[in-house]
Amino acid sequence: MSNLYSSILAVRDLKMYFPVRRGVMSRTVGYVYAVDGVTFSMDKKEILGLVGESGCSKTTLARTILMLEKPVSGQVLFDGKDLFKLRRRELAGLRKRLQIIFQDPTASLNPRMNILDILTEGLLQYGMVEGDRETHARKLLAEVGLDGDVIYRYPHEFSGGQRQRISIARAISLRPDFIVCDEPVSALDVSVQAQIINLLLDLRERYDLSYLFISHDLSVVGYIADRIAVMYLGRMVEVGPAGDVVEDPLHPYSQALLSAATAPGVYRKKRIILSGETPSPVAPPPGCVFHPRCPKSMPVCRKEVPRETVSGKRRVWCHLC
Amino acid sequence: MEPLLQVKGLSVSFTTDEAAFRAVDDVSFQVSVGEIVGLVGESGCGKSVTALSVLRLIPSPPGKIESGQILFKGEDLLKVDVSRMQNLRGKEISMIFQEPMSALSPLHRIGNQLVEAISLHRALSKKEAWNLAESYLKKVSLPDAGQKMFAYPYQLSGGMQQRVMIAMALLLEPDLVIADEPTTALDVTVQAQIFELLQKMRKEHTAVFLITHDMGVIWEMCDRVIVMYAARVVEEARRDTLFQSPAHPYTQGLLASSPKPVRNKTRLKAIPGQVPSPIHYLPGCRFRDRCAHAHGRCEREIPEWVDLGDGHRAACFLLSRG
Repeated sequence: MSNLYSSILAVRDLKMYFPVRRGVMSRTVGYVYAVDGVTFSMDKKEILGLVGESGCSKTTLARTILMLEKPVSGQVLFDGKDLFKLRRRELAGLRKRLQIIFQDPTASLNPRMNILDILTEGLLQYGMVEGDRETHARKLLAEVGLDGDVIYRYPHEFSGGQRQRISIARAISLRPDFIVCDEPVSALDVSVQAQIINLLLDLRERYDLSYLFISHDLSVVGYIADRIAVMYLGRMVEVGPAGDVVEDPLHPYSQALLSAATAPGVYRKKRIILSGETPSPVAPPPGCVFHPRCPKSMPVCRKEVPRETVSGKRRVWCHLC
Repeated sequence: MEPLLQVKGLSVSFTTDEAAFRAVDDVSFQVSVGEIVGLVGESGCGKSVTALSVLRLIPSPPGKIESGQILFKGEDLLKVDVSRMQNLRGKEISMIFQEPMSALSPLHRIGNQLVEAISLHRALSKKEAWNLAESYLKKVSLPDAGQKMFAYPYQLSGGMQQRVMIAMALLLEPDLVIADEPTTALDVTVQAQIFELLQKMRKEHTAVFLITHDMGVIWEMCDRVIVMYAARVVEEARRDTLFQSPAHPYTQGLLASSPKPVRNKTRLKAIPGQVPSPIHYLPGCRFRDRCAHAHGRCEREIPEWVDLGDGHRAACFLLSRG
């Protein structure tokens, strides 16, 4: 693992709580502990896969990194600069280097804007248009494997896979260094999904991009990611090289999650069935948040929050390790 | 094994103001007693319409079952009257839908919904029916089954709702359960719990007809697999055969384009192009514009079935010699 300051992105002890308000006076009666002390870093050109089940705050973590939420505490260092301590002018220059691709391209492309406007809106904002707008937009479309003649069409005229290509073209238009890919292939058909995965990998090579790749599909993440981070209830439980985490997960939750993943054509080992459901993030269990469902839970797990254990390139938060 | 359900030459069309098209075109397959058969295909290929046709739940208009036979224990379901059909639904063939939240009534307590299903088919007292319903909630390992009988669907999580759906589908001990994407809306660890349940059901000789877009689910669950593309069945095989030696180029493409979590990463072999819309199906073989092996004959004729032995068949000219 690289030094926190030399990496493209470093997140340190990030906490994001949402207040729960009740009554006519909107009194704060508690907090949703959405992200609770997350630390990780990413190298240039790295793809970090972020996995976990619904409600584990994968998306909130990504939104906070993109400065769409203001964290309660913690740091997000991008290229060595703390994003939440920068002045507005410094921030403007940085914002364009962080981009996002959403899950549903139908919802994330404005239906009233044509492809030309969608692709060049950001370029105009930053005065980055090269030559005329049309030529630049055509160039972007070529990058994502679409025909340049479609610039005056509207999003509804495209299929899901094509729309996702347009969102990708928009995301790379400002020459970012870092892109959050929030379930970018989940809404697509299997045969089209592979095309988009290949495109994302090609663009990474061409522009040295780093991706924070969020997905619930462990086959996709296992394929595309260099490293995998597993989240449970707002906390990170394990981070490590993708192959290691997939083949030999160390945290009991990662073990259950990966044993439940379906890999066509691979005869499975024993499936670990977890009992019960993920607790509410409003009242997370004390100690290790996973202990009520953990098959290997010990008395200490109920009392103490597990510390980080580092072994080689892997990090685990578990009392067993 | 004797066939429980035999579908022969089923065609279903839909007519709207803009267009008329066939959503299911000459589909044949069978499900045997206690077997788990998977139907796999991408969005819009007609898999859900096939499932709904078996229970005659296609809204008409705009839908219409044009031709074919649906034989359940030898009885043609397309010929029986409405009251016989109502008798069959739930009791002998039941269905699990993808989204439990929209399949359960939001206004009625779980217990009452289960009891209603029982009282429609069996002459039990209210108390007996209630106890039976509760015993099924326990069977699907719903925690605090007794209390959950009084809960409304919104008070349960997605996984618990799906368990209630499964309990409801099993209540009357049907011979066949049709499950349309039963785990697509659920997290993987919950999916694993539901899979265990479906496997347990099969041990009690209930056949399952499982519809999914996910090859992983097929691999986990099924004995036999039917692959659909653009309203037609293109291949049918036992699970291991299909994954080891897929015969149709579409099945091959689908398997090659599924990402696997492996160390030595080779580039994914994506199928070029897009899933066609039913209004624009090509004449001849419908996969030919995305197929690397397409030739002149594929444009003119619908590929015939080629029997590859051991129940493995595929509809592709590459396989027919000559």
